[in-house]
Amino acid sequence: MTNSALALPATGAGSLRQHPLVLRYAPIATIVLTLIAIWYVAALLMNWSLVRDGFEREETPYTVSDVIAGTMSAERPLLPAPHQVISAFADSVFGYAPSAPRSLVYHAVVTLSATLLGFALGSLFGIALALMIVHSDVLEKSLLPWIICSQMVPILALAPIFVVVLGALGLHGLLPKSIISAYLCFFPVTVGMVKGFTSPDPMQLDLMRTWSATPRQVLAKLRWPSAVPYLFASLKVAISISLIGAIVAELPTGGEAGIGARLLAGSYYGQTIQIWAALLAAALLASGLIGLVDFAEKITGLRMGVRP
Amino acid sequence: MALPRGKSLKADHPDVTLHPDGRAPFAAPIESVRMSSEAEATVEPVSMTPRLAVDVRNVSLTFETGDGKVDALSNVSLQVAEGEFVSFIGPSGCGKTTMLRLIADLQQPTSGTLLVNGVAAEQARLERRYGYVFQAPALFPWRTIEKNLKLPLEVMGFSDSEQRQRAARYLELVNLTGFERKYPWQLSGGMQQRVSIARALSFDPALLLMDEPFGALDEIVRDHLNEQLLQLWNKTGKTVLFVTHSIPEAVFLSTKIVVMSPRPGRIIDVIDCNFPRDRTLEIRETPEFAGIAQRVRMGLRAGHSYDE
Repeated sequence: MTNSALALPATGAGSLRQHPLVLRYAPIATIVLTLIAIWYVAALLMNWSLVRDGFEREETPYTVSDVIAGTMSAERPLLPAPHQVISAFADSVFGYAPSAPRSLVYHAVVTLSATLLGFALGSLFGIALALMIVHSDVLEKSLLPWIICSQMVPILALAPIFVVVLGALGLHGLLPKSIISAYLCFFPVTVGMVKGFTSPDPMQLDLMRTWSATPRQVLAKLRWPSAVPYLFASLKVAISISLIGAIVAELPTGGEAGIGARLLAGSYYGQTIQIWAALLAAALLASGLIGLVDFAEKITGLRMGVRP
Repeated sequence: MALPRGKSLKADHPDVTLHPDGRAPFAAPIESVRMSSEAEATVEPVSMTPRLAVDVRNVSLTFETGDGKVDALSNVSLQVAEGEFVSFIGPSGCGKTTMLRLIADLQQPTSGTLLVNGVAAEQARLERRYGYVFQAPALFPWRTIEKNLKLPLEVMGFSDSEQRQRAARYLELVNLTGFERKYPWQLSGGMQQRVSIARALSFDPALLLMDEPFGALDEIVRDHLNEQLLQLWNKTGKTVLFVTHSIPEAVFLSTKIVVMSPRPGRIIDVIDCNFPRDRTLEIRETPEFAGIAQRVRMGLRAGHSYDE
């Protein structure tokens, strides 16, 4: 890792520095610890006046340490402290049965299923568009402007329209959310795959031509394999975007279930801790999903003889 | 013998100056023997083509660029008999690679006719009559060496067992048995280029087009591969068209050396070069070798190729 040298001084002395686990995790641990420290300081500063005003309103005597303790344990802080978020997160993950509406697992699964369906739809659609663009100049000229335009309209404005229109067509629940998520995530896949399908070396394309290969053979034996690195790069972007799409799509649906619904409910009732716990869940979900794509990329790379 | 055809051609195109020294197109004894059977049959040029591996007549290629017209090739004619080893030598921009690409139907001439094995270049390509070796090995990095060799065979629809047999046979021919399961990055540049030669031979085309195949290799590897290529040519009896920058390489390998000159790309000399077929690198020390090399050098100089 390139930044391990930066982090090493923080990990302390001697032979420990050379330990492979230290070398591997020291950089990320340093950053996490720094962020948490900053977070605590920010929580202290942001909640300070809130807590102090609270004491003054009740006209109870207080000391500085009382205020400090208060900023770390307020019920509705401006910025909850990390341990509050983590304990709220742990409570809502482990404290209820996974099918209970108060369980974060339940909401995560709702969002996850919309994300995965949207990701699958969007990726397939994105690849199909890329294929059309690569194989036809006319389609490239006619489709590309629309594809770019589609991404310039804020999804927050489009999502309610989607929900209403699809609802009028009799589609409710999972599908409208997936379609909004697919609408967001097809774009990086299309852009990446157009690049990928056109990435083969001219010599390799000439070779296929000297063998008078059919366009289908060129696609299967040359363009597809050449596009694989681009595919995974775009899928990593696409899967995190489709999670965002699914969460955004949950906002205008009235917030029955899903991480988006939790965020919405949290903001209605000023439950900042609940919002942060839901955000934490979304972040963990996203890194898990990206990790899955990463894993698929590694496996594919091994099978394709990528230089280690 | 070949004069009637030459005459009829010159009647139509008085400016044909393919063989400046006035020699008949085929100087090698093998071809002149074959010729006699058909010489009296007809004076129609097309009927004489079957024994010609390549027949280029009055071919020109003009590009339109921002600075105006560029004559990549200007009124070039060349006949290559089956079994010959013809080298094209000349400075950059003289059209030697273009010539090869025209013969391979990777580019089309602006005017003139081009026959390969007696049929139009496009037809020859569709019938997979030639194998092409590029400057770079252009192996497919996600395929093992064996699978790279099999690629043209897959494209052409050979059976699985035939593919296996041929891959083994041609890997042996280029001394790479045992490397079947390796990936291209695990091989040296010289080995990779040998794989690409084996790949070009794997479907047994009668004609081998080689565009500076050893240009990127160091001299020791190059000498070694030159000897191997010569043996291969001797063993298989293929017709080889070989583009090179190196005078010793051209003289060592060829039965005929075509000296070309740029602006406009044209042939300025065709030199016969008939060393014994089983020659070794030692002939480079002989006066005959030096004589031919000298004539090539004179030809290059006459084309003012290095003066500009």
